[in-house]
Amino acid sequence: MIFLLPHLVLFCAFMLFPVVGSFLLSFTQWDLIGDIEWVGSSHYVALLNDAVFVEVFWNTIYFTVVSVPIGICLSLVLAVALNQKIRGIKFYRVAYFLPVISSMVAVAVIWQWIYNPEYGLFNFLLSVVGIDGPNWLSSETWAMPAIILTSIWKGIGFNMLIFLAGLQGIPDNYYEAADLDGASMVQKFLHVTLPLLAPTTFFVTIMSVINSFQVFDTVYLMTGGGPGRSSSVIVHYLYQNAFEYFKMGYASAMAYVLFFLVFIFTIIQFWRHKKKSVY
Amino acid sequence: MRRSLRSKIIAHTFLGLGAITMIFPFLWMISTSLKDISEVFVFPPTFFGEDIRFDNYLQVSERFPFGQFFVNSLKVTSIVVIAQLITGSMAGFAFARLQFKGRDVLFALYLATLMVPPQVTMIPNFITMTHYNLVDTHAALYLPQMANAFSTFLLRQFFLTIPKSLEDAAKIDGCTPFGIYWRIFLPLCKPALATLGVFIFMFVWNDFMGPLVFINSIEKMTLPLGLASMQGMYATDWPVLMAGTVISILPVIMIFLLAQDFFIKGVTLSGLKE
Repeated sequence: MIFLLPHLVLFCAFMLFPVVGSFLLSFTQWDLIGDIEWVGSSHYVALLNDAVFVEVFWNTIYFTVVSVPIGICLSLVLAVALNQKIRGIKFYRVAYFLPVISSMVAVAVIWQWIYNPEYGLFNFLLSVVGIDGPNWLSSETWAMPAIILTSIWKGIGFNMLIFLAGLQGIPDNYYEAADLDGASMVQKFLHVTLPLLAPTTFFVTIMSVINSFQVFDTVYLMTGGGPGRSSSVIVHYLYQNAFEYFKMGYASAMAYVLFFLVFIFTIIQFWRHKKKSVY
Repeated sequence: MRRSLRSKIIAHTFLGLGAITMIFPFLWMISTSLKDISEVFVFPPTFFGEDIRFDNYLQVSERFPFGQFFVNSLKVTSIVVIAQLITGSMAGFAFARLQFKGRDVLFALYLATLMVPPQVTMIPNFITMTHYNLVDTHAALYLPQMANAFSTFLLRQFFLTIPKSLEDAAKIDGCTPFGIYWRIFLPLCKPALATLGVFIFMFVWNDFMGPLVFINSIEKMTLPLGLASMQGMYATDWPVLMAGTVISILPVIMIFLLAQDFFIKGVTLSGLKE
C-alpha cells in the first residue's frame, strides 16, 4: 500500500478531485472572487442557446470530419509504402517524425510564414501554376482548411507508425496465399491488409477523433479563432470563458459537454467494433 | 521480381515526396534564421540569403530571457519526468504484484480517467493553485503532472511480464517488497523506463496550454510560451523568431535521434496494447 501512496495522493488531488469538482462547478456561477452561486442546470441550457457555442461546436465537428479521415488515409498509405523492405527506412522515420516531436508553437511559427499572403511559400507555389492564392489565415473560408492542413501534417507521422506496427503483425503467408490466387496489389490491400488491420484502424480512429475534439494550440496560435469566430473551436471558447472572462461555472459546463461527446463517441465505436468482429 | 522492383520505385517516389514535404519547412526555418530581415520579404522567396548571419541567434537572447526560458523548460521537464517514473513505477508495481483490497476497482478507476479531457481537470486545478498562491510559479506546472494514470498503466503492463518465479526466489532469500521492486523490477525494466521517460520529456517540453494558463511573468515562462510571447511582440522579425524556434526544438530532436529505436518501440507497443 505504501507503494501506491505517493501516486494515489497526487492522483486524488489533481485528477479525481478536479473531475468531481468540475462537475459540481458546472452547476454554479463563480468568477473566482465573489461568492459561489448555485444555478442548477441553467449553464447547460444556456449553452444550447449560445450562438457562439453552437458555432464553435460545428467548427470542431468540421475540423474532425475533415482532418481525421484524410489523416488516417494518408498515414495508412504511407505505412504500406514504408512496410516494404526498402532502404532508408531510418531517414524516412526521422523525416515523418520531425513534425510529431516539434512543439505546436514551433510548427505554428513555420506555417504562419508558409501561409503569409505576400511572401509565403504557399502562395508562391500557387503563383507558379498561375493561381492567385488567398490570404489564408485571415479568410473566413480558408482559415479552417489551413489549420486542418497543418494539423494533418503534424500528426501524420504518429499514425503512420502505429499502422506500421499493425502491418508488421500481419503474417506473410496471407499474402503468399493471395499471390497464388492471382490477386492484384489493390485486391490484396482491400481483402487482406484492411480486414486484418481493423484493430489498429480502430485504435487510430478513436485516438484521432478524441484528439481533434480537443484541438486548441493550433487554433490559438495560428488564428486566435478568427477571423470572427470562423476558426474557433470548443476548447478555445472554453479557454476564453475560464481564463479570460473568468466564468468558471460556464466553462466547466463546456468541459463536461466535451467529456460527454468523447464518451459517447468512444462507446459507439467500441460497440460497432464488437459487432463487426463477431463476423 | 520485376514487379517488386516497380513497387519499390513507386514506394520510394511516394515516400520521398512525402519526406520532402515534411522536412522542407524545417530547412526553411533554419535558412530564414540565418538571413538578414530584408531578405525574408523577397518575392519570389530565395532559399539562401546573401551571406550567413549567426547574429539572429545572439539577438534572441539579447532581446528576450531566452536562456531563462530554456532553464525553466529543463527544470519543469526533468522534475516531471523523474517524478512520473518514480510514482508510476511504484504504483505500477503495486497494481501488478501486490494483493490488496479494492485493487481492481481502483485500477479500473485509473483507466477510466484516461478518457477525461484535460480541460475538465484544468479549471479546478487552476482554482486550487489560486487558493494556495501557486499561480505564476513552476510548481503549478509540475505538481499536477507528477502522477499520471497512463505511465502507471504502461509500467504495470511491463511488470506483468516479469516471471513470478524471480519474485518468489527473492522472497525466499528474505527480500522485502521494496527490495524486490528496487533490485529486481526496476533494473529489468530499464528499457521501459527509458521509453516512457522520452515520451514524458517530449510531452512536457512541448506543453503549451499548461504554461499559458498558469504562468504570467516573462522570466518564468517555458520555451513554447516564451516563443509565443516573442511572436506577439516581434511579429515580423522572422529571422530572430526562427532562430528561437530552432533553439526550442533542438533538444527534442537530439533526444529523439538518441532514443529513436526505444521511442518507436514504445509508440508501437502502446499502440498495440489497446
